[in-house]
Amino acid sequence: MAPGAEPRSLGVRLLGPQRRNLWFWLFVGPFAIGLGLFTYVPLAWSVYLSFFDAHNTVSPAGSDFVGLGNYGAMLSDPAFLGSLGTFLLFTAFIVPATYALSLALALMVNRLRFAQAFFRSVFFLPTACSYVVAAVIWKLSIFNGVRFGLANTMLGWFGAEQTAWLSTTDPPWYWLVIVTVRLWLQAGFYMILFLAGLQRISPQLYEAAAVDGARPGWQVFRHITFPQLRATSVAVVLLLVINAFQAFDEFYNLLSDARGYPPYARPPLVYLYYTALGRDQNLGLGSAGAVILALIIAVATVVQARWFGLGRKEE
Amino acid sequence: MHDALTRAGRALRLVFLIALALLFLIPLYLLVRNGLATERDITAPGWTFFPHTLQWSNLTEVFRDPNLPLGRALLSSTLIAVSTTLGTVLLASLAGYGLARIPYRRADLVFYAILGTLMVPAAVTFVPSFVLVSTLGWISTLRGLVVPTLFSAFACFIFRQYFLGFPQELEDAARVDGLGYWRTYWRIVVPNARPVFAAVGTIVFIGAWNAFLWPLVIGQDREAWTVQVALSTFTTAQNLNLHELFVAAAVSIAPLVVVFLLLQRYIVAGVERSGIDD
Repeated sequence: MAPGAEPRSLGVRLLGPQRRNLWFWLFVGPFAIGLGLFTYVPLAWSVYLSFFDAHNTVSPAGSDFVGLGNYGAMLSDPAFLGSLGTFLLFTAFIVPATYALSLALALMVNRLRFAQAFFRSVFFLPTACSYVVAAVIWKLSIFNGVRFGLANTMLGWFGAEQTAWLSTTDPPWYWLVIVTVRLWLQAGFYMILFLAGLQRISPQLYEAAAVDGARPGWQVFRHITFPQLRATSVAVVLLLVINAFQAFDEFYNLLSDARGYPPYARPPLVYLYYTALGRDQNLGLGSAGAVILALIIAVATVVQARWFGLGRKEE
Repeated sequence: MHDALTRAGRALRLVFLIALALLFLIPLYLLVRNGLATERDITAPGWTFFPHTLQWSNLTEVFRDPNLPLGRALLSSTLIAVSTTLGTVLLASLAGYGLARIPYRRADLVFYAILGTLMVPAAVTFVPSFVLVSTLGWISTLRGLVVPTLFSAFACFIFRQYFLGFPQELEDAARVDGLGYWRTYWRIVVPNARPVFAAVGTIVFIGAWNAFLWPLVIGQDREAWTVQVALSTFTTAQNLNLHELFVAAAVSIAPLVVVFLLLQRYIVAGVERSGIDD
């Protein structure tokens, strides 16, 4: 715009001093518009679509308006409620397991006097692996249900029975497969977060503890290290829960086969995938499910943040 | 006495750590072992740590199998991962800089609107996004696979935090020299912020290469399969030889392992920033 246009009050108001508003939107606009278009618009559309009986179509036109019918159907569907139960069970295993393993790895690696970089790389390397590739290894090599599977071979050395790891529901051995695959893939990532947290702890605190006669090991960990890692712990737990909620890849790749996906062990996203994009293509119902899940995760995040006192100024 | 105990403890811890490291490496070893073994060696009843014969021809065989479009899938994955990385870094860094440095009355509001999407994980929005992409007619297209994933609130957040801590004096000097926001950004800020670009770039690249749900939903046609979708199709259908599947999986992670080992220090820096705790 020509400089002559500036004296007009509307122009100044819109562009701001030194055209800062214009510059702000030049920098932020493309991102903000895209985010709006590909996050807020689909969500709003989904909320709208969730009030219609939309089969095989993404447009409410021509579909019957069913009001809250889809929500009622979703919330009274044992399969949907079961998927929430599956998520809770999965979270109950994977969150404490990953937390404990990654913290332990970080503590051990942090105290090494040599080869620290090497061990860090080894534990971090699985992060580069995809869930699909990991599922190939877990399903077809380690936990292959036939006699040449690694776990079954090792059981054989002790004379134990062979196990069909992924298709046995009693006891539900598939949980062992699912939890270990994610544990292997993500422990290194959280170890890095803990290592960063450990390096931020002031050495003076440890010196003071030594002066006060705290024994190195458990006492120091309990009274210095662990409390100092509080902020990292909160972040790790939040990330772990959100990631568990989004679990799809390993469930899908480990459990489905040529006959399809078994009726058990369906977390929310797997359930939603088969409802919205399966044979029925019931997008109205799927949209209602997506809205319910979005609400659950939003509420859970806020509750957790409050619980941990996130956002409160610490220190 | 006390010293001896500490030394013993340290040695024990090291042994334990080495055992854990081996445990972490075994799955990757199995991938390579089975990928280079004969079908007989994989399915033989007596499992051996080393295969009896190394069959390097698996590497070429897997690219010639007409059932598994591996070459094409690798090309798709490369195209998608590279364009996603470039696009995400460009868009998110510009937005992060604007939010951090250009005074605007409603900047906070915009920032919270962006941050809010972090609470709604991308995977929960896959049904709504599928609805939108199919309305646009983008199913099984590169556009459909890339464009909706370009707007990462996470990347934007990391850039904003980084630019908030960027030395203001450098930019002030540029302003005195008469550079506007745009040229200050490209000439002063970008060249001095390479580590954060590398960190976000590598993390986005790894994420895009390994992404599964979105390519599964959008890349429905065989021609649009990414390498993950191709592998998954054959894992779940079980009509492929095991050694082929394993060698294909090994080939699919090879580029990432290289990127990973070369740029590890940036990835670590990026991961450290992703713990939103500081």
